[in-house]
Amino acid sequence: MAALVLLRYGEIALKGKNRRFFEQALLENVKTALKGLGARVVRLHGRFLIYGEEAEEDAIIRRLSRVFGVVSLSSVKTAPLELEAIKEKAVEMVGSGPLPGGSFKVEARRPNKSFPVTSPELNRILGGAILARHPGLKVDVENPSFCLFVEIGAKESYLYRDQVPGPGGLPVGASGQALLLLSGGIDSPVAGWMAMKRGLRLEAVHYHSYPFTGLRSREKVIDLCRLLAQYCGRLELHLVNVAGIQKEIQAHCPADLGIILLRRMMMRIAEALSRQRGLQALVTGESLGQVASQTLESMIAIENATSMLILRPLLGMDKQEIVALARKTGSYEISIRPYEDCCTLFLPRHPATRPRLERVIQAEEALDTRSLTESALESMESMAIED
Amino acid sequence: MAEIYLDNSATTRPFEEVIELQSRIQRENYGNPSSIHARGVAAEKLLDEARRSIAQLLQCREEEICFTSGGTEANNLALKGAAYRWRRRGNHIITTQIEHPSVLNCCRRLEEEGFTVTYLPVDEQGYVDLEQLERALRKETILVSIIHVNNEIGTIQPVEKIGALIKSRHPRALYHVDGVQSFAKIPTPVQRWQADLYSCSAHKIHGPKGAGALWVRKGVSLQPLFQGGDQEQGLRPGTENTPAIAAFGLAARLCAAQMAENAARLYHLKEKLCRELEEAGVEFYINGPPPAEAAPHVLNLSFPGIKAEVLLRLLEAREIYVSPGSACHSRRPDPSHVLTAIGLEEARLSGALRFSFSSFNDEEEMERVAEAIAAGIRELKALAGRRPGQ
Ligand SMILES: Cc1ncc(COP(=O)(O)O)c(C=O)c1O
Repeated sequence: MAALVLLRYGEIALKGKNRRFFEQALLENVKTALKGLGARVVRLHGRFLIYGEEAEEDAIIRRLSRVFGVVSLSSVKTAPLELEAIKEKAVEMVGSGPLPGGSFKVEARRPNKSFPVTSPELNRILGGAILARHPGLKVDVENPSFCLFVEIGAKESYLYRDQVPGPGGLPVGASGQALLLLSGGIDSPVAGWMAMKRGLRLEAVHYHSYPFTGLRSREKVIDLCRLLAQYCGRLELHLVNVAGIQKEIQAHCPADLGIILLRRMMMRIAEALSRQRGLQALVTGESLGQVASQTLESMIAIENATSMLILRPLLGMDKQEIVALARKTGSYEISIRPYEDCCTLFLPRHPATRPRLERVIQAEEALDTRSLTESALESMESMAIED
Repeated sequence: MAEIYLDNSATTRPFEEVIELQSRIQRENYGNPSSIHARGVAAEKLLDEARRSIAQLLQCREEEICFTSGGTEANNLALKGAAYRWRRRGNHIITTQIEHPSVLNCCRRLEEEGFTVTYLPVDEQGYVDLEQLERALRKETILVSIIHVNNEIGTIQPVEKIGALIKSRHPRALYHVDGVQSFAKIPTPVQRWQADLYSCSAHKIHGPKGAGALWVRKGVSLQPLFQGGDQEQGLRPGTENTPAIAAFGLAARLCAAQMAENAARLYHLKEKLCRELEEAGVEFYINGPPPAEAAPHVLNLSFPGIKAEVLLRLLEAREIYVSPGSACHSRRPDPSHVLTAIGLEEARLSGALRFSFSSFNDEEEMERVAEAIAAGIRELKALAGRRPGQ
C-alpha cells in the first residue's frame, strides 16, 4: 500500500495576490525536502497531498515537519466512495485491540456534494459504528482524546487521525536573502532559525581566530549549519579568520574598546560579503542587555559601522525563551559543546559597557579598516552545507 | 615540516608491524575462535599467542589473562566485578583521588549502590601516604584500587609497599592496580606486589584501539559484567576481537624487547626538553615528581601567566600536539582533578600542559618544541601588552 500525507499551510494561504508566489515557493521547498524519497506532491485546493512509499511515510513526515510554511501534517488513509467501506475504514483506524477507554469525535467534511450522506449524518453514523466496536469509548465533541477526520473527495474519501505540527511561518526564500552572523553560542543559531521561519534564505558567516581558537569550534559551527540546513535544505557557510584583526586592535587601540572594534570589523566584513553574494540584510543573535557588548550604546556603536539593515530576531526574548527554542530546534546540544571560541586571551578585563560613539570612531582611526576587511575576505573559506 | 606527536598518554601511534598484522588477520584469518573447524583453531592460536605475550610482561600465568575491549572495561570489570562478587563480605572500597575517570566513576556508581568509598589524598608530587592507607583499611574493606602510573603527572605509586601493607593487615581485601600507563613501559611484576588484579590497554603501547586485558590472579573470583557465551572462561563473554588482540600481543612483545632502553631514552628526552626550555629563558614549573622519578613518558609543566589552551593552539599550528593539563573553556572551567589533588594554585592550574613521549620521538624534536614554546610565549606576552620576561 502507498503512503499518503496531507500537508496544511496556513498563513500563506491568506496572502492575497502573493498567494501563488508563496505556494510555489513552498512547493519547491517541499520537493527539495523530499529529494531522494521518490514521493510525488499534488496540490489540492489550499493543501498539498504527498504520495509515497508506505515504508517511507515516517521519513516523509519527519522531513516535512521541518519545512517552514507547513502548519500541520497527517498520515491519511483512503476508502472508496461507499458508506460501508468508509465505516469499515473508520473502525479500523480507531484500533483493533481493546481500548483503555477515553473519548473521541468524528469530524466529517463533504466538499463532494454528490455524495448522498451529509456531514452531520456521517458524524453520527461513523461515531455509532466506532462505539459499537469499542463500547468503552465515549463521544465528546468538546474535548475528545482523539479526533477522526473524514473528508469526502471527488474520487475517494480520506480519513486521518493525528496531526503532526509543522513549524509554521513562511517558506524559506519567499522573503529574501540575508547573512547570518553565526558564532557557535546558543543565540545565533536560534536567530537564524527565526529568520528562516519568516521566509529568509540564509548564508552564514563565522569568525574564528585560528590558531587561537581550535579546530573543534570549526566543526561545531559546521554541525550547527548542518542542523539549520535541515530547515532550509542547503546553506552556504563562510569562515573568516580575524586573528590578524584582533592583533591589530590589541596593538593599536584602547583595551576596553577591543570587543566593540572587533564587532565593527565583523560588520564591515559581513557587509562586503553580502554585497558580493547579493544578500539584503544581516541577522545577528543579539538581544538587549545580556552582555557588555549588547547594551543599547554598544549596539549603536557597532551598527554604525555598516549601512546595512541588521535584523535581531531575539531582541524581545529572555534567555530562557531562547534556550527553550534552541532545545526545540536541536541546536542547544551542539551549542553547549565545550569547544567554542574559548580564547579569552583577547578579552579585556573590563570591556566598556557604554562606549561613546565618538570615542570609538576616534580609536578606530589607528586601523586601516579597508585593507583589513579585504585581507580577511581574501583568506575566507566557503563551503556548501546540505541537509 | 613533520608533525611532532607528544600526546602519548592519550594514545600512541601504532607500530607499522601492528597495523600490518591486524589487517592481515582481518583478511586471512577471520575465523571465530569458538568454531571447531580449522579456521576456528587458527584464530584460537592467535589468542593463545597474545595471552603468552601479555603474561610474559606480567610474569604471570597465561590463563590468568582476560581480554577486554580496553583499559576502561578492564577497570570496570575489576571494580564492579569484585564489588558485586564480594558485597556479602563488606561494602568498603579504597582508592585514590588521582584515578582515571574509568575508576573514579565506577566508584561513584558503586557509592550510589550502597558501597562506601575512601578516596585517599596524595601529596604535592602525587604519592599516596601509606599511613593514611593503613588507617583507611578496615574489616569491611573488600577492594583497594590504585593507579600505578598517573596519566597526567606520571607519579609511580609504591605498589609493592602498598600490596605488602594491604596483605599484612587485611589479606582478604582484593588489590587492583590500574596499569594502563605502566604496562610495557616499566617493570610490572604483579605477583611480587601481591596484587590480585591488573588492567592494561593496547592503544597506549602502540597497539590498536579496542583491546585491553585484566590480569586476574588464579583463585580470585569476579562477577562478570555481562552474560553470554563462555569466552574468557565466562568472565568476559562475546566473540573475541582476534585481530586487535593479536596485534596487542605483538605490540607488547615489541615494547618488552626495548623496555629498558626505551625508558632511558624517554628520560633523556624529558631532560633535554627541560634543559632547552631553560636555555631559551622560558619560565616554567614541573608538576608532579621530578622528571627522573616519574614515569619515563610523562612530563607536566606549568607556564605561569599563560593560558595553556592558547599555547596549545599555537603549538598545534606548528603541528606539535600536546594536551592541556586542565581543560578550561570560557563557559565551564574544568580544572583537572589530579592537578587539584596535588594542590596546584589557580595560576599553575590554568597554565599546565602535558607532554607525553614515545619511542617515535627524538632529540631534534625537543629542540623544535622548546623553540616553539619560547616563540609562542613571546607572542602571547606581546599580545597581552607585556614585555617578555616581565
Ligand atoms: C590510567 C588510565 N586508566 C585507564 C584508561 C582507560 O583506558 P582505555 O582508553 O583503553 O579505555 C586510561 C586511558 O586514558 C588511563 O590513562
